[in-house]
Amino acid sequence: MALSEFDKALLAGEEGPAAQMAMRILNRMLPVFGVDRFMDVEAAHIDSTVYMGVATMEYAERLAELGAKVRVPATLNVSGVDEHGWQEWEVPEEVAANATRQMRAYEAMGCIPTWTCAPYQTEHAPSFGQQIAAGESNVIGYYNSVIGARTERYPDLLDICAAITGRVPAAGLHLDEGRKGTVLLRLRGVSRQLQEDDAFYPVLGHLIGRMAPDGIPVIEGMDVQPTNDQLKAVCAGGASSGAIALFHMVGVTPEAPTTRDAFQGAEPPRVIEVGMDELRRSYQDLSTADGERLDMVVLGSPHFSIDEFKALAPLVKGRTKADGVDFLVTCSRAVRMIAEHVGLLEPIETFGAKITVDTCPLTSPMLPDRIKNMMTNSAKYAYYSPGLLGVDVIYGRLTDCVESAIQGRVIREEGPWKA
Amino acid sequence: MESVTGSVIIPGTAQGIVLASTEPLSFWGGYDQHTGEIIDRRHPLSGENGAGRILALPFTRGSSTTTAILLESVRRGVAPAGIITDRADVFLALASVVADEMYEGAFPMVAVDRVVFEQLRSGDHAEIGEGGAIRISPS
Repeated sequence: MALSEFDKALLAGEEGPAAQMAMRILNRMLPVFGVDRFMDVEAAHIDSTVYMGVATMEYAERLAELGAKVRVPATLNVSGVDEHGWQEWEVPEEVAANATRQMRAYEAMGCIPTWTCAPYQTEHAPSFGQQIAAGESNVIGYYNSVIGARTERYPDLLDICAAITGRVPAAGLHLDEGRKGTVLLRLRGVSRQLQEDDAFYPVLGHLIGRMAPDGIPVIEGMDVQPTNDQLKAVCAGGASSGAIALFHMVGVTPEAPTTRDAFQGAEPPRVIEVGMDELRRSYQDLSTADGERLDMVVLGSPHFSIDEFKALAPLVKGRTKADGVDFLVTCSRAVRMIAEHVGLLEPIETFGAKITVDTCPLTSPMLPDRIKNMMTNSAKYAYYSPGLLGVDVIYGRLTDCVESAIQGRVIREEGPWKA
Repeated sequence: MESVTGSVIIPGTAQGIVLASTEPLSFWGGYDQHTGEIIDRRHPLSGENGAGRILALPFTRGSSTTTAILLESVRRGVAPAGIITDRADVFLALASVVADEMYEGAFPMVAVDRVVFEQLRSGDHAEIGEGGAIRISPS
């Protein structure tokens, strides 16, 4: 192994016991990454904040008690509770207490308390070419694909080791050669109208994760410039149905001005045509129920942005959701504060929606048992809710989610998805 | 297939009944850390239980939280006894490394060639030995 003097000092405990533990873990992982040296990172995003039981709390507290401090700016992902709002929901007190202890431990390490799975929509977003250690699958996808920052696919528990040491294995997506496209997905017969529709992007994300679960897909054939929120939906979908850590979209994402650039001058090793048949199947695969029953609408995985609040507010203004349907939007504290300040929150709360910050129903045990059928516009909520929450999901566009909540039953404008 | 040798990802020995799928899995939303049940309702192993088994999955997809789920399942005693993959999977390997740091609960992991991997069958008995040796006895 080619360890630097600094790496050796960390391992020898010269930077304290927490840095020693972090480096010991990184060092044991080095061969698993298939390389023999470390490199520097400039920032980190910590997904270890997610509370999954006593083990995640004990791990955070062990590091904090050993005096861990992050060496690089490190934003924090969602926690296990909405710190100031969990009492409104069904969160068990023990979970709230433990998850809060876990939050305090990461704050004690000097991390930035962003508490969001959309850190790229805060002032702490990285810039093109920066070397980052990010956990959280959608964040990894967004940093790499949309921003062109460079992070490997880091698991929880390792992201914090990287932040404490400022070091990561010099592998994979950190390096030029690791960022080359592996499969070309050619969009065929996908109308401009559909490409302008928000409902297209979660379906596309879900599809690329299915078609190239361990690859770097290159998507060709876009006629429009998607918004950042639309690209965020592709990242979240592709990182749920697959392990997509980087995709290129020709003419859209920064490392793919042309198809040739995306493959770094090489011929695409594999070409797949993607048409409406494949997209329709992907659309259908996102739902697990097809009845009208609706108990809850949930929006905001990844966390809702200000632009998404701007889209939602006029749809619900002056209207009221049905009594039997809960309506939840999840976002960061910062985005809620801005939304409130600019008057976007008032019509949404008058409509009957609730806002949860710091976390989401997938990472906090907050929902009552009566929720059995859930509707969402998010591929990530749609993918994980059946397993994590034991509910059925219906995927639909934002306007369908709002209309369904008002009518108290599932209504979907099938439009382009009709065969 | 009776005896094969793979690459050691995490050293150690284990034995148990194989639970195998060629479909990748996210443990977050896919493995119940309280019971060991496979809960990804879109996965072929949905409803099976991975606790104490030799779990054979090609790699992990999805969430970064896979590692946290697996660590908690080690703490609760419902983790697989050993894991066989078709590549070096960082998410699974890290859970074993941290389980060793925190709970002396490391489990072995071996990566085998894709061709060998596809021959693993649920219900067979597998023994992971030193040096990446795997002995399979059909059920």
